[in-house]
Amino acid sequence: MFLLLLCITGLPLIFHHELDELFGYDAKPEMAAPGAAKAGVDQIARAALAHDPGRVLQYISWDKDEPGTVIAFTNNKVDGEPDAATVRAFDAHTAKPLGAVGGGPMRVMLKLHTDMYAGQPGKLFLGAIGLLFLIAIISGVVLYWPFTRRLRFGTIRDDKSRRILWLDWHDLLGAVTIAWALVVGGTGAINTLAEIMLNQWKSTELAAMVAPYAGKPAPVHLASLDATVAKAKTAAPGMNVAFIAFPGTPFTSSHHFSAFMRGDTPLTARLLKPVLLDGETAEVADTRDLPLYLKALLVSQPLHFGDYGGMPLKIIWALLDVMTIVVIGSGIYLWWVRRRKMRRSSTVGVAVTSSLQPSQ
Amino acid sequence: MTATHKSRASGNWLDVYGGPLVIGVLSLAGLLAALLFEGAGRYFCWIALGTPIAVTVRFFIRRKNPK
Repeated sequence: MFLLLLCITGLPLIFHHELDELFGYDAKPEMAAPGAAKAGVDQIARAALAHDPGRVLQYISWDKDEPGTVIAFTNNKVDGEPDAATVRAFDAHTAKPLGAVGGGPMRVMLKLHTDMYAGQPGKLFLGAIGLLFLIAIISGVVLYWPFTRRLRFGTIRDDKSRRILWLDWHDLLGAVTIAWALVVGGTGAINTLAEIMLNQWKSTELAAMVAPYAGKPAPVHLASLDATVAKAKTAAPGMNVAFIAFPGTPFTSSHHFSAFMRGDTPLTARLLKPVLLDGETAEVADTRDLPLYLKALLVSQPLHFGDYGGMPLKIIWALLDVMTIVVIGSGIYLWWVRRRKMRRSSTVGVAVTSSLQPSQ
Repeated sequence: MTATHKSRASGNWLDVYGGPLVIGVLSLAGLLAALLFEGAGRYFCWIALGTPIAVTVRFFIRRKNPK
């Protein structure tokens, strides 16, 4: 049942970008003249703070597929709850506010899909459901043999009972979607551990990176963001900034900015590289690759979201999701029918044995 | 209709798992292709991941119009 919830809420999430646009929760930048100068990062930051007075900036991020907008995260404090963050899009050229991002019905879907509004325990619970899904798939592969060994692949026996018809559909759809379902289920389960992995990285790698600067106070005057971005780019040649985390946020130390850099191929765009920069002087403090487990997490994300191959891939993703819903639904139906039959046959069995008693 | 009902005395594993295996390998190749190779990888990915859907549609149509 929870699995069905995951599949059904996941379906619209595949198109969350398009649906947000449809419902008006995604702001479009004004058409900029080609080659027009982009607004400075500091200008964006000022616009974001002016729009939400009394709040502080947590992150500024750049979407690879939306070069016309810049996203700013503000919160009541730098380490505020993620759910309390306000996420707004700004025009990359004029720094004009374009509206809030990620609200609306898609947000409800996302919450239901990731933690059912139950925070980290909810995530881990759904992760466990994902693992059960994998086990169910494996057991399906094993059961596939006795059920279909006498049948040609793809046989649909629609001249038999409804149960057999659904069994055949269950077998066929399950058999063709299996690889995809394993990948999406597995990467989904990995994603539920994202926060735990991030905490692990913070307490080991990040702690080691900031160790030489231990005891430095939080910056009084933040360095220029434009300078910070420029310095970060020189520290990671050929890469662009995916997002900047402000000092004190969960992704950095209390004294440093961290700029997470990305490459420009589908793969390297996922493999972020953190650059730590001094919060007051924008000098590069340290940079090192992410550990293997975080790289695995970052690479696994597109394989779960299906957002890395354009619109056709999203449609394929959705169709495969629908097929998986049918597999799960028919699986529940078959289990329910079987259980009912077993019960009936056990009562019938009693009747038969009693009627078979020798009558004299 | 007769072709689909060709039953065998006992299955061998290639008959049973062959089809799903080919589709499974194709799917995985497609999933990785778009991730590793932009452009051509995408097209391959669409075709490879579209295979399970195409196969399903084919069987669905065959069921609707039995030969």
